[in-house]
Amino acid sequence: MTKLEKNDRLVRLSLLMIALSAISVLAIITVFIFEQGTPIMFRYGLKSFLLGQDWYPSEKSFGLLPMIVGSIMVTFGALIIGVPLGLASAIFLTEFSHRRLTRILKPIIELLAGIPSVVYGFIGLMFLVPFIRDKFGGPGLSVLAASVILGIMILPTIISIAIDSIRAVPDSYREGSIALGATRWQTVRMVILPAARSGIIAGIILGMGRAIGETMAVIMVAGNAADIPGSLLAPVRTLTSNIALEMAYASGEHREALFATGVILFVIIMILNTIANVTAARQRKK
Amino acid sequence: MGPQLRLQPRTEQKVVQFLMYFMTSLAVLVLVFILVVILKNGLPQLSLEFLTRNPADMGREGGILSTIVATIFLTFIALLVATPLGVGTAIYLTEYTVESRITKVIRFGAECLAGIPSIIFGLFGFILFVNKLKFGWSILSGGLTLAFMVLPTIIRTSEEAIKAVPQAYRLVSFSLGSTRWQTVTRVVLPSAIPGIVTGVILSIGRSIGETAAVIFTAGSALRMPTSLFSSSRTMSVHFYILAKEGVSMPKAYGTAAVLVISILVINIATYYLMEKYIRRKS
Repeated sequence: MTKLEKNDRLVRLSLLMIALSAISVLAIITVFIFEQGTPIMFRYGLKSFLLGQDWYPSEKSFGLLPMIVGSIMVTFGALIIGVPLGLASAIFLTEFSHRRLTRILKPIIELLAGIPSVVYGFIGLMFLVPFIRDKFGGPGLSVLAASVILGIMILPTIISIAIDSIRAVPDSYREGSIALGATRWQTVRMVILPAARSGIIAGIILGMGRAIGETMAVIMVAGNAADIPGSLLAPVRTLTSNIALEMAYASGEHREALFATGVILFVIIMILNTIANVTAARQRKK
Repeated sequence: MGPQLRLQPRTEQKVVQFLMYFMTSLAVLVLVFILVVILKNGLPQLSLEFLTRNPADMGREGGILSTIVATIFLTFIALLVATPLGVGTAIYLTEYTVESRITKVIRFGAECLAGIPSIIFGLFGFILFVNKLKFGWSILSGGLTLAFMVLPTIIRTSEEAIKAVPQAYRLVSFSLGSTRWQTVTRVVLPSAIPGIVTGVILSIGRSIGETAAVIFTAGSALRMPTSLFSSSRTMSVHFYILAKEGVSMPKAYGTAAVLVISILVINIATYYLMEKYIRRKS
């Protein structure tokens, strides 16, 4: 073996080490979160954590149901707002609008994806919360406010991924459909959307992950009461907010319970990620 | 049979087109509204003083210098750690191995890492860096946590950039007798640099705007950071505290404007770089 070949082997080995250490980050995070969060879940019983309705850390009552329901509600709300708007924008920008308009609007939307989440929360706090309070009643800090802000926040994710998957549909599909006498909308509805389906779904799931994982923006507009919200106008606390609100001063079992909150969040996100990955892979295979 | 509500395809097309036009405008308007509000209220707050003086009286007075410095330090550490790790991983995945179970695991891991919410990174950084390794609330803890957070972005963009280098370049290099490493360092990486830089710049933007992962690892002390181990408050954490606790709305708007402008500048730079890169490629 020449010296050069030997060097090359060395390089390969060290690069493999780098790649493995990069990926071990995921393993380390998983281990730490679970190591901190699971013991208390087993001590008090998984059922009391997942189905308990009372969160009074000082009295050793760690029911996470209100936060689980809260996270599901605001995420669902975000999808109701973000998905139609996002999909419509993506379809419009790829299939209906003037190419020049698309060239201006697409970068603008992508730029806005970079705006920090605290800024979205702040705008929600200054404009949306007072608006809801005046027009619909209640404290304003609510499920509705959190849903709207999250819906807006996931727009750029949904729009860019949907645009990419619609663009990936071969032009021959469009030409074939138009040649058969279909209108543009019929082409979109019957040919393009079905062909781009998996990519669009992957985008929606990623947006969902973003919504469920968002913390700061939600804290600022959701009101954060640890009760199951009775209406859209009632305050709500999500899993992420639960962690961020109390981490600063929690200790002992209280802190462990916050890590347990993290474990539940982690599991939900991993399930969503896996689904998104599998759907995206299906699209690529096509 | 009753009359069916069925539009002529042409009419339907018109209705849908109008609806989509309306919804797109709504989406874009909402996003632009956010930008306008921040800039309109924030720009009047900006002055040389605001940028060059430290916050006083919990942020009610003075400027935001110490938070700018903390943000820069944190971002710098994050990239110092994440760039070599990320680019190295990308080189391994694209140049040094064939698709196998290992590459699948590494790619899947990177995808998963990309989806983990920042608050989880915050929890993790708090327990590992702040507590176990005893770095305390510090620039170092915050920077390392951010490094882990931006790692998947750097891996993915570098991988795309390296994959986009035409195969012919490699073949020519090999045929001239170069080793793989020579080919990578002298042929592949130079052509992939713009793409890699794009990923790094995107990560800078993410680091600057991050709050949840930073507040529990770097802390929120309003002091000028003096060492890697000083606890300090970044711009986004400062903004969050000013706004959430209603300390000072004018200062909050000012901080938000600096935050948003720096991120916009960074993203626009990335965008141009990418456009230029794509144009050169095709």
